[in-house]
Amino acid sequence: MNGHAVQPEAVRQSTAARERVKVALVSSRSAAVDIPATNYPIERFTLPNGLRVVLAPDRSAPVIGVAVVYDVGIRSEPEGRTGFAHLFEHLMFQGSRNLEKLAHFRYVQGAGGTFNGSTHLDYTDYFETLPANALERTLFLEADRMRGPRLTEENLRNQVDVVKEEIRVNVLNRPYGGFPWLKLPPVMFDTFPNAHDGYGSFVDLESATVADAQSFFERYYAAGNAVLTVSGDIDTARAARLIEQHFGDVPAGAAPQRPDFDEPDLTEERRSAYVDRLAPLPAVASAWRVPNPIEQFSAYLPYVVLAEVLTDGDASRLVQRLVMRDRTATSIGGYLGFMGEPFETRDPTALLLQAHLPPGGDVDKVLRTIDEETERIATDGLADGELARTVARMGTHLLRDTDAVLGRALRMAVLEQQRSDPRLINELPRLLSQVTEEQIVAAAGQLRPQRRATVEVQVGNPGGAQ
Amino acid sequence: MTRPVPPLEPTHELSVPETAERTLANGLTVLAIQRASVPLVELRLRVPFAEADLAGTSLLTQTLFSGTADMSTVDIAAELQSVGGALGAGADPDRLLVSGNSLAAGLPRLLDILADVLQRATYPADEVGTERDRLVDRIQVAQSQPAHLARVALLKRVYGSHPYATQTPEAADVKEISPEQLRSLHADRLRANGAILVLVGDVAPDKMLEEAERALSTWDGGGRSVELPPAPALVPGALTLVDRPGSVQSSLRMALPGVPRTHPDHAALQLANLIFGGYFSSRWVENIREDKGYTYGPHSVVEHSIAGTMLSVSAEVATEVTGPALLETWYELGRLASLPPKDAELEQARQYALGTLQLGMSTQSGLAGLASTYAGYGLRLDYLAEHAARLGAATLDDVAAAAAKYLAPSGGVTVVLGDADKVESVLGVLAPVQREGVRQATGLDEVAEEAPAGGGVAPGADPAAGGSAEGA
Repeated sequence: MNGHAVQPEAVRQSTAARERVKVALVSSRSAAVDIPATNYPIERFTLPNGLRVVLAPDRSAPVIGVAVVYDVGIRSEPEGRTGFAHLFEHLMFQGSRNLEKLAHFRYVQGAGGTFNGSTHLDYTDYFETLPANALERTLFLEADRMRGPRLTEENLRNQVDVVKEEIRVNVLNRPYGGFPWLKLPPVMFDTFPNAHDGYGSFVDLESATVADAQSFFERYYAAGNAVLTVSGDIDTARAARLIEQHFGDVPAGAAPQRPDFDEPDLTEERRSAYVDRLAPLPAVASAWRVPNPIEQFSAYLPYVVLAEVLTDGDASRLVQRLVMRDRTATSIGGYLGFMGEPFETRDPTALLLQAHLPPGGDVDKVLRTIDEETERIATDGLADGELARTVARMGTHLLRDTDAVLGRALRMAVLEQQRSDPRLINELPRLLSQVTEEQIVAAAGQLRPQRRATVEVQVGNPGGAQ
Repeated sequence: MTRPVPPLEPTHELSVPETAERTLANGLTVLAIQRASVPLVELRLRVPFAEADLAGTSLLTQTLFSGTADMSTVDIAAELQSVGGALGAGADPDRLLVSGNSLAAGLPRLLDILADVLQRATYPADEVGTERDRLVDRIQVAQSQPAHLARVALLKRVYGSHPYATQTPEAADVKEISPEQLRSLHADRLRANGAILVLVGDVAPDKMLEEAERALSTWDGGGRSVELPPAPALVPGALTLVDRPGSVQSSLRMALPGVPRTHPDHAALQLANLIFGGYFSSRWVENIREDKGYTYGPHSVVEHSIAGTMLSVSAEVATEVTGPALLETWYELGRLASLPPKDAELEQARQYALGTLQLGMSTQSGLAGLASTYAGYGLRLDYLAEHAARLGAATLDDVAAAAAKYLAPSGGVTVVLGDADKVESVLGVLAPVQREGVRQATGLDEVAEEAPAGGGVAPGADPAAGGSAEGA
C-alpha cells in the first residue's frame, strides 16, 4: 500500500550474507570491536507446494510479525506497464478467494494489528504486526490471497486512482520528489528493467487491465516464488501445524526463471540534470556500481561500511569536510542500493551519495571534493579507531532494526528468498566487524569519476516562495 | 466453498513492564525500564521548554553537540560512535527532547557525554555559524513542502496568539541568533530541575539509575517552571483557503476539539476518532480512498500538547476532487456526530486501540518514547493499563456522546492549501471561504520521535498506527 519503502535519508543501514567474510588477513586491521550479536533461534522448512517458511520464536513480548515476500519487483514489470508491480501490490489488498473488499484490513485491525505492503526493486512484501492471539487468523488471510486476489475492473480503477494520488504526494507535489531513487537509475542504466520509473507513468497505469493483473499473478505469485516468515511470540510446533493447515492446499507453483539484469559497469562518467520547479536549493546524487551483493558478498560488504565511513554522523569524512569545513553542502548521505537497503537488493546495484547544497551551491565543487576524500582514503587509509567506531554504530542500527518483531520477520524473509540463509540475521554484526581497513581502502579506490553516474537537481523555485 | 475466517484466540492481558524511578537532588527524574530484547539502550531526556525563544531553541537543538570545554563536534560524534551511540535534539513548544541510543555496554559513556554537553556546551562561533546557515536552508526547503505549509496555516488558524500558533522560526530570526544567546538560553532553561530522563534497554534497572545518578547528579538544578496558558477554544468560521499556485493536490486540514489523556471522555473520543477516520478500517478512509479514490493516506489523529488537545484531520487530494473530498469529510463527521455507530464498528475500533497499545510497547524505542511522553504529562506507564481498562469499558452510548460533542463539523475549523484559482469556487459552494497567500514564515520538521508500528515518514496506508508523536 505504501508504495515504496524508500526514504534513503531516513533509512538505517542493516545487514546480511551467504558467503562468510574470510578471516581477517593478519596484516590488516579490522574493526576489532565486540559487537554483541543476536541469537534468534530460527527454523525453516518448505511445504510440498514450494512455499518456503521461516519461524523465529521470541517470547519476550506478546506480539508477532508476519511477512510474506514474493520474488517479484519493479525490475520484473513488463515494458509499457511501468508501475505495475506496485499497482498489483495494491490489488492484493482488494479482496481474495474468501474475503470481500475491505475485509483484509478489518480483520487485521479488528485483531489489534497493523498491516502494509511495499514494492521494491527485487521483491514485494506484505506484512502484519499483531497481538500473538491473531496468529491463525493472519495465516488464513495471507493464504487466502496467495490463492488469488479478487481482480475486478472496479477495484482496478479505484486503485489506479489511489496510486496516482500516492505519486502526486510523494513525487509530483513536493520538492525533490523521486530524488534520487527514480531520477538516477535512468542515468546509470541502459536497460528497461533497471532504468525505468518504478512508480510508473499515468499513461501506463491507466492502460493496465484486469487481464494484465491475472497474468502477472499467475506468473509471479506462485507458492514456490514466495517466503512466509513468522517471528515473535509463537510456539514453533503449533505455528508449523497451522501454516501447513492454511497454506498446504495453496496450489503448487514453481518460481519463474529470474532474468539476469546485469549491465556492464560504466567506463566514462555520466551526468544529467533536471529542473525541479518546487525545489528551493540545488542537490546532487552520484552512484557507483558495486560487487554483486549476493554472489560476491565478501567483496560487497566493505562498500556498505565505506558508505558509513563517508557519511554517518559529524565524525564521518564527508560531513566533516563538505558540511562542517567547506560548507559546500547542507547535508550529505550515503547508502547502498537505490532504496537504501543494502541487504535486500540484488545485482546490479550501487553505492549512492546524495548532497543538498546551500543557495547558489556549486555541484562540480562538491563532486571534486568527494573525489578528493575518497582518494585520500584510498591513499592514506583510515585514522586510528575510525573503522571500529563506524562499525560499532552500524551494529547498533542492525540490532535496532531487529528489535521490532516485524523488522526481524521482513529481513529474514528476504534473506531466505535471496540467499536461502535467514540465519544470517544473527551473523551480520560479526561479519561487519571483520571488514578490514584494507578492504575499505580498496573500495574507496573504486569510487572514481569515470565510473560515476550523477544527477543534479536544478532550482526551479529560488527562495522557496510559492 | 467459502472458508470461515478463524476466530481470535483468547486475548492476552495487557502486559506493562515495570519502571524503576529515582529523583535526584538536582530535581532530575530518572525512569529506567529493562527490556533485554537486543543488547542496546535507548535514551530520552525531556526538558520543559515552554515560552523559550523559538529561533533560539531551534538553533540550540542543532548546536547542543557542537562542542564542550574538552571536546569538538567531531570528538563528541566519534566518542558516541565508539560505543555504537548517537545523540540528537529536537524541540516543540512544550519541551526540548534529547534522543539517542547505544550498545548497552556503552551506557556509561553515553551518559558521560550527555552530562558533559549539558554542563559544558560551548556553542563555538564557527560551528554555530555553520548550523545557523544549515537551519536557514532547511527552513527554505520546508517552505516548499505542502504538508508543512498546510500545518503552518492550521496552527495559526487554531491557536491565534497562543505560543502554539507558530512552531517553526522565521529564517530572518534564526540569522540573528548569536552564540552568546545560545549560551544564555542554555543556562536559563536547560536545567535538571523538572527534567525527565528515560532509559530503556538491556541493562538492570538499578544499574541504569546508578549510572544516571553518577553522570548527572552535578547537572545544575535551578531553572524555573514556566506554564503556558491553556490553548484557546476553537473558533469555527469561514474556511481558510491558502493559495499554492500550480499545486496538483489540495491539502485538506481540519481541527476539532479534543480532551487530555486524563479526561473522562478521552477513551470514548479515541474510539470515536478511530471509527471516523483514525485508522484504515474507518468510515472516512473506506469512503474517500477505497470507494472514491480521492486520496492515498488520509489520517485523523488526537494530538496532545500540554496546554491543550486537538483532533486533526488530514488528506492530500487531487485538485479536481477538492470540493467532493471535503464534502465527504464533513459528511462522515456529521454522520457519526448525529447517529450512533454500530456495535461491530465499536468492537473493531476497541480491539485496534487495545492491540496497538501492546504493539507500541514491544520495542525498546517504542517503550522509551511512550514513557518519556507520558512522563511529560505527569503520567507513568501504568497509565496504559488504566487506559486499556477505560477503552474496554466504553459503551456505544459513551462513544456516540463523545462523537456528538467533539466530532461535529460545525465545531471545527477547516484549512485548505491548494491552487486557489482552481478550487475557490467549488469550496465556496460548501462554505464561506477566506483566501490567503502562502505565509513566508515557516520552519522545519523536528526530528521525529519514533512512532510505534506503522508510523514514520511514509504517508501510511494505516494512518492511526503511528499516531502522533505523543502516542496513544
